[in-house]
Amino acid sequence: MRFYEYESKALFRRHGMPLGKSGLAKSADEAKRVAAEIGGPVVLKSQVLSGGRMKAGAVKFADAPDEAARHYETIVPILVNGQKCRAVLVEEKTPVAQEYFAAITWDGRRKCPVLVFSDMGGIDIEEVAEKHPEHVSKTHFSSLFPITPRIAKEAIAATGVTGDALNRLTPIVFELMRVFLAYDLTLAEINPLARLADGRFVVLDGHIDMEAEARGKHKKLLADLGIGPEETRQAREATPFEIKGAEVNAADHRGVAGNVVEFDGNLGLVIGAGGGSLTLFDAVRKHGGKPANYCEIGGNPSVSKAKELTKLILSKPGVEKIAVMMNVVSNTRVDIVARGVIKGCIEAGKKPSDVIAIFRIPGAWEGEGFKILAKYGVDYCDRSVSMYEAAGRAVAKMK
Amino acid sequence: MSILVDKNTTFLVQGITGREAVNLTRECLDYGSKVVGGVTPGRAGRDIYGVPVYDCVRDVVAKHGPVHGSIISVPPGFVRDAAFEAIENGIRLIVIVTENIPRQEVAQMVELAALRGTRIIGPNCLGLITPGECKMGGIGGPAANTRQAYSRGPIGIMSRSGGMTTEIASTLTAAGLGQSTAVSIGGDAIIGTTYAELMPLFEADPETKAIAIYSEPGGRMEAELAEWVVAHRSRLPIVAFMAGRFMDEMQGMRFGHAGTIVEGKEDTTAAKIERMEKAGISVAERIEQIPELIRKRLAEAR
Repeated sequence: MRFYEYESKALFRRHGMPLGKSGLAKSADEAKRVAAEIGGPVVLKSQVLSGGRMKAGAVKFADAPDEAARHYETIVPILVNGQKCRAVLVEEKTPVAQEYFAAITWDGRRKCPVLVFSDMGGIDIEEVAEKHPEHVSKTHFSSLFPITPRIAKEAIAATGVTGDALNRLTPIVFELMRVFLAYDLTLAEINPLARLADGRFVVLDGHIDMEAEARGKHKKLLADLGIGPEETRQAREATPFEIKGAEVNAADHRGVAGNVVEFDGNLGLVIGAGGGSLTLFDAVRKHGGKPANYCEIGGNPSVSKAKELTKLILSKPGVEKIAVMMNVVSNTRVDIVARGVIKGCIEAGKKPSDVIAIFRIPGAWEGEGFKILAKYGVDYCDRSVSMYEAAGRAVAKMK
Repeated sequence: MSILVDKNTTFLVQGITGREAVNLTRECLDYGSKVVGGVTPGRAGRDIYGVPVYDCVRDVVAKHGPVHGSIISVPPGFVRDAAFEAIENGIRLIVIVTENIPRQEVAQMVELAALRGTRIIGPNCLGLITPGECKMGGIGGPAANTRQAYSRGPIGIMSRSGGMTTEIASTLTAAGLGQSTAVSIGGDAIIGTTYAELMPLFEADPETKAIAIYSEPGGRMEAELAEWVVAHRSRLPIVAFMAGRFMDEMQGMRFGHAGTIVEGKEDTTAAKIERMEKAGISVAERIEQIPELIRKRLAEAR
């Protein structure tokens, strides 16, 4: 879950990291007022959940409050990589002598955090790593044992930084490591971390991602920052159909009928589980089918959950039929899903045998499940028909 | 032979009185696995299908030792402590079923496990099975279903999806290719044991003649496997199935498992397929092609 820059900075401020004077503006008047309070030149930055703001023209400099107000109006409508601007951060413009880069993320292969540091900040770190590898250090550290500042010191010194700069940078980078661990972050980045002409350091921009699974552990911090539980911060905002899908899943704790994602096709998919859904979605597309949605059922959902999901998908405009497919199931019961899906069709006013293009869920309780399907005349198959073939049978009925 | 578990493997279940744990205990017992004890704090003295329940792992080890493994099926907030308890009581194989564990806690468990010589499978997995000998976890479901899908033979399976482990096994079994050991390795961004980390075990197992894997977008696990295969000149032909090809164009969206997200080019199925094929791994377009591809590779190896 990505934080906006102003939220990242609020967290940094709590931890005593050096930041310039700034204020968040939600109107041109506010931008003008904040700029006047700061006094002198300011920078206005779109608060948006995406990089590439500068390129998109969503960062502007102003010498006077009136200019700041005008820039506010320019910045707000700009979409950055499709993401909307939430507010504008007005910040004091500081004369920078040198820019540094510090970031901590997880190394999935080494299974521990890695601190990446460079004395060539402000630009794309991948590019620096390629062209000037001696200016980038990568330092792995334990997430189990207590960490101490020497890890940060070694990482910084490894890029050739010494003297006063090393001693001033060490506590800032060490604090970033502590923040990373304290809040279950998946990314804690400062870029650039600027050295000013007078030798002081200031965090100019920050990027924080918190692991979605850890939100429950950090409710207080999220509340303090004003991040509500309804904010998913996905790559794109949830559609009303997807929000309804989440409601279906949340209405009942038994099993999963979740991660409903909207597409614009005519074949509704009631598919599962995690890996099976990916496999089946690919299969439908490979056959030239047009999925109306993606979803994942699993963990033995109740009859009512399968029913509600079916109704939701059938209610989506443009959906002509549904395909009910999973890999061989272990803990999900075939008969329960069959019952739920058939009920869903009937309650949606459709005939199950017309609207279910194929039912391919083999596995636990399949005998009972197939009996129910046969009774309603639904086209079903067992494991002797592959997932790919089943998807093909469904797609063939759409033509 | 097999890897990790066989007919002599004993294990306990932590969180044994939970709904899911009760089910998997029943399934494992029915399959013939040696479930020697269970742990739920405050529930000592009970039993689950005849399996005695204790307050601490220490008690299970003291009364029923040696205990080789533990299945952890407790709520996410309790998993790390449960794993630490198992590790510090000498358990050397842990299967973590629970999902939604923050990766920092997974990393901490993995770090302690490495120090103590314990192997962790999962989290967010269905466990592992050596057909006919030991089923450790929900893999395959009820014993009768498990027997239908899994049969004994020369193919090792490793899969990021629990359900697809069984789909692949079922397909192999129908084609007359049995399995040595099948491992559901888990779908999270950080897991206890990756493909590459299981390879030395399969490599050393004389029964295993080929490997089938199920993989997805996200992470560097396939790249790690490709590097391992080349560096160690593996004797084992590998056939991989890659799901989630549609995700290549959907950067930043999470589908399937927690670790399944395309954040950069390296995460895409296209990049992974290219790396694996370069390392001599055959990539199947469809699950049903796996048996024929394995047969072809085995014939070439001869």
